[in-house]
Amino acid sequence: MNPLPTGNAAGTDPRAGMRPGQIGRIEKAGDPKSALQRLLPYLRPFRAGVALVLLLVVLYTALSLVGPYLMGVAIDRLVQTKQAAGLPELSLLMLGVYLLSNLLQAVSGRMMARISQRALKQLRADLFSHVQSLPVGFFDRSAAGDLLSRLTNDIDAINQAISQNVTTLVASLLSMVGIVVAMFILDRWLALASLVVVPIMFWFTRYVARYTRRGFRDLQRDLGQLNGVMEEAVSGQRVLHAFRRKESAISAFREANAKVFRAGVSANSYALLLMPITSVLGNLFVIVLAGLGGYLALSGLVTVGIIATFISYGQNFIQPLRQLANLYNSIQAALAGSERIFAIVDVPAEPDDAANAPPLGVARGDVKFEHVRFGYLPNAVVLSDLSFEAKPGEVTALVGPTGAGKTTIINLLTRFYEIDGGRITIDGRDLRQIPKPDLRRHLGLVLQDVFLFSGSVLENIRYGRLGASDAEVMEAAKLAEAEPFIRLLPQGYQTELSERANNLSQGQRQLIAIARAILADPAILILDEATSSVDTRTEARIQSALLRLMKGRTSFVIAHRLSTIADADQVLVIEGGAVAERGKHAELLARGGVYQRLYASQFKGEAI
Amino acid sequence: MRHLRKLLRFATPYSGRSLLALLLLTTLVFLDLSIPRLIQQLIDHGILQHDRGVVLRTSALMLGISFLSVFIAVGNNHLSVSVGESVGRDLRDAIFVKIQSFSSGNLDRQNTGQLLVRLTSDTSAIQRVLQVSLRIGTRAPLLMLGSLVLMVSTSPALALTMLPLLLVTTLVIVFFLVKMEPMFRGVQKELDRLNTVLQENVAGIRLVKAFVRDRHERLRFERSNEAYTSVSEQVMQFASLMSPVLTMCVNGGMVIVIWAGGLQAAHGTLSSGQIVAFINYLLTTMAPLLMMTILSNVWASALASAKRIDDVLEVVPEIRDAPDALALSAESPPRIAFENVTFAYSGKPRDAVLKNLTFSAEPGQTVAILGATGAGKSTLVKLIPRFYDVTRGRVLLGDRDVRTLTQDSLLAQIGVVPQESVLFSGTVRDNIRYGRPSASDEEVVRAAEAAQAHDFISRSADGYDSRVEQRGQNFSGGQRQRIAIARALLLKPLILILDDSTSAVDVETETRIQRALAAQHPNQTRIVVAQRISTVLTADRILVIDEGELVADGRHAELMRTSSVYREIYASQLGAEPSAPSAARLATESP
Repeated sequence: MNPLPTGNAAGTDPRAGMRPGQIGRIEKAGDPKSALQRLLPYLRPFRAGVALVLLLVVLYTALSLVGPYLMGVAIDRLVQTKQAAGLPELSLLMLGVYLLSNLLQAVSGRMMARISQRALKQLRADLFSHVQSLPVGFFDRSAAGDLLSRLTNDIDAINQAISQNVTTLVASLLSMVGIVVAMFILDRWLALASLVVVPIMFWFTRYVARYTRRGFRDLQRDLGQLNGVMEEAVSGQRVLHAFRRKESAISAFREANAKVFRAGVSANSYALLLMPITSVLGNLFVIVLAGLGGYLALSGLVTVGIIATFISYGQNFIQPLRQLANLYNSIQAALAGSERIFAIVDVPAEPDDAANAPPLGVARGDVKFEHVRFGYLPNAVVLSDLSFEAKPGEVTALVGPTGAGKTTIINLLTRFYEIDGGRITIDGRDLRQIPKPDLRRHLGLVLQDVFLFSGSVLENIRYGRLGASDAEVMEAAKLAEAEPFIRLLPQGYQTELSERANNLSQGQRQLIAIARAILADPAILILDEATSSVDTRTEARIQSALLRLMKGRTSFVIAHRLSTIADADQVLVIEGGAVAERGKHAELLARGGVYQRLYASQFKGEAI
Repeated sequence: MRHLRKLLRFATPYSGRSLLALLLLTTLVFLDLSIPRLIQQLIDHGILQHDRGVVLRTSALMLGISFLSVFIAVGNNHLSVSVGESVGRDLRDAIFVKIQSFSSGNLDRQNTGQLLVRLTSDTSAIQRVLQVSLRIGTRAPLLMLGSLVLMVSTSPALALTMLPLLLVTTLVIVFFLVKMEPMFRGVQKELDRLNTVLQENVAGIRLVKAFVRDRHERLRFERSNEAYTSVSEQVMQFASLMSPVLTMCVNGGMVIVIWAGGLQAAHGTLSSGQIVAFINYLLTTMAPLLMMTILSNVWASALASAKRIDDVLEVVPEIRDAPDALALSAESPPRIAFENVTFAYSGKPRDAVLKNLTFSAEPGQTVAILGATGAGKSTLVKLIPRFYDVTRGRVLLGDRDVRTLTQDSLLAQIGVVPQESVLFSGTVRDNIRYGRPSASDEEVVRAAEAAQAHDFISRSADGYDSRVEQRGQNFSGGQRQRIAIARALLLKPLILILDDSTSAVDVETETRIQRALAAQHPNQTRIVVAQRISTVLTADRILVIDEGELVADGRHAELMRTSSVYREIYASQLGAEPSAPSAARLATESP
């Protein structure tokens, strides 16, 4: 445990650092077409805008082709006439054309930036509300957290692709087509000759990509190893230090580090080949034009102006070609990312079968389980046949060995999971006939892992009832015996908390959760009172707060404390998915059955 | 910038290779620039003079240059990659070694996750900036400079008209880079906020659902989403201006060349080949300029990373051996004595966690330390192997202050089982042998037996060769604790510190461990931090710590008579002690 609150800069996710270099992460979507089809509807509200952007792109691309042509005309006129007549007009025309072209480009870029950001916002909002509506079971599966943290990167990948690359791609393709057409119109042979560069470029890109992929696969593997070594050595530094393993840790690290170095040099050497070589190929393009053009010019087949125009076109042609490989990769990554996003969107939401049923009203809190059957997996039964009743205002203590199904009962009462058979009723009404939000409003949960949101202490307690005034929140904190420690925090009730910052102990967190529940004032209370990390005196303080909270409410307690059980109106011993014994503490102890055994091992330990 | 300059020392060993890379780059630029000049010759002396030979020769020369450039480019590439990777490797090494030199106090002030970020993405940011600088980063300014020289030599008058344009272009780029850097940081900040909301909703989903707060959370998300969207929209819109503005600069240059050049050509002072060459120079200059804009991000992140890395490298380890430090004698357990020890993590006495503590543990004694969470029990035991230095007073081993002993010798004789049992990936055997890799299999088994770990280890399919996953996630808390105990026992330390290290083990097993310890190592001094009364019952002495102060010291029977705090703890755990105040309080408050 850290004795000092560690300053935690927001959002520095260590996992972000574990990702190997961005370059060369060539990802492919399994079904790019359907990913695209589902992504496109997000642009639908901006149909008019997108159409306008496309129109602008076509216009500015066309205009950008006119410029070099005018330049060629000017040069030819100079070569032939050696006169400056008409030069100012021609130059001004060129200037106007360019200005217009760049202006349109700026406008379209601006519009596209807005459209893409707005569309992405919608995507994020949809994703978020879908994630919220997913059943708890989805989150309990271990990979869910990882999956969602990746989503952030995935949305970012889409952002990169649509905000910059899509317009660039369209413009690049258009201008390439335009240039090819213009070149063929100006001079067929020169056009053909200059296009020789294209297949070379294509072949070369593929060749490099193949080696790059291989190189990065190796690099990724070695980086993974290095990250493992580093993570272990850094997070276990204290132990490592205590056992004098510094030297061996450093040598293990150096070995892995050297491997990454070698893999990095070879992978990056290949990956970065593309850039210098394509620029050399760009030169080649110009050279072919000049050489062949010169030869043709000697035979009077082309003019100097046309050569100049071609060279200018050539630069415009090579540039997008150079970008295409990059664009391709980033669009692929975006599609792969959106595939993962839609995979989450496709997870069915939590069903709300009784959304339109009448609400429960004021609940008395009479809870009945009747022959409840449940398993998390189809063929692994956790509760086989569970029946019991908790009368309004009574405390029911649930005891039993680990894995007996105590927590499961809570999961079913809250309808985080759906039962497979039997029924659960509150005040005689089947849970499935109560709208879920209404049901949950009547339940108060204090779980052993208390979750804190980033926000002040005040806001965290107010989570129990959003409309509560500051005074009410403080009153609840007082009742929960949380006030003494809150007062000692640097900014009292205004102290900022967060899930990751460890500025509160487990016991203090639990007191906050109790205050939350007091504020919520539910008819039925559910407590999971695990206290392994809380010392016995803090425990006593929590206990007295809990007792106050339970008063007058139907309470279910997964009990770990002897006193809770001793005071409970009924003790349910859960074993093998059913109620093995029920009764009061003293009766059960006298009976000498399962409970007596449990009691002996958990609470008495050994004879003193 | 200052921090980046400080990190430059990591590049000095590779200055030879860096210089060679830059030399190749300069050559490459030179070759690149020769092409427009050759084309100019081809037009003026070849086409316009109708000299087929010149056309052919020049074309062949240009082709040759082109192929030569490929090799030079590959060479430059390889060199700059290897310099970047080398520096990356050395930086990682330096940071890693530095982290390993941290003492506990240093570590308290750092966050493990962030340290890992220093080792990974921050290091690669530096690596990238170096490698990129040796490639396109230097190439663009060189190309610009070269074309400028060539423009001047081709036609000083025309070149002069280009000068303002180049100036404007440079200014435009600088303007964009300077403006965009803080903007991107703003976007990052909003993104972090957005992610926090998302992650909290995943981690706290039960709470959100139980309190039916989905609408509240949606609103919270909507606010962050809107804030992020509008900031990034602004930045994107601003950034989208950059390309058209720069293209306009290039285009403006072409118009100037045609117009001004045309006028000169009409006067016969400029050839049409020269005009085409000029246009070529312009294009060769501007294309890499655009590429330089990519650099802005690379630089911005490198600057931020450099600062963060430098911060780690600057940390001074809090605990270092005194120059005249001696080794702790390894013959028999020394007497442990705390003399008026005050300790604060911050070093300031008013934050003291331990207040004026005095006690001693005789060789071979088992001393238990009991107290509430946060009372200072763990802190106390960490002072013995000098994980921290006392703020006031002193800790003695035998008759020597621990600060006058080498830490290595302290650690060799003191076995520690920490509160959190950290295991490492490898086999169970590797983990037990962690403190003494040379230990025989037999010794490993003996240690495991004493720690009551042998049974569950030998019951698993691979026995002692079972894999331990990262942090030992595939073992239960109790199993991890027992492996950690075996690990410490294998050292056969003179002093064994058990810092609440049996909390996840049931009472019976705990008793067996205690008996085995007593039997195997009769002379060992043991310091046991505990929550459970049952852990401390058999200790030779029990120290009760409350809010940093020693409030009771004695055996169980004594303390039951003399210490109310002890009685209170006893009652709250084992119940049924009618006279205990807390039990009475609980009884009156039950419904």
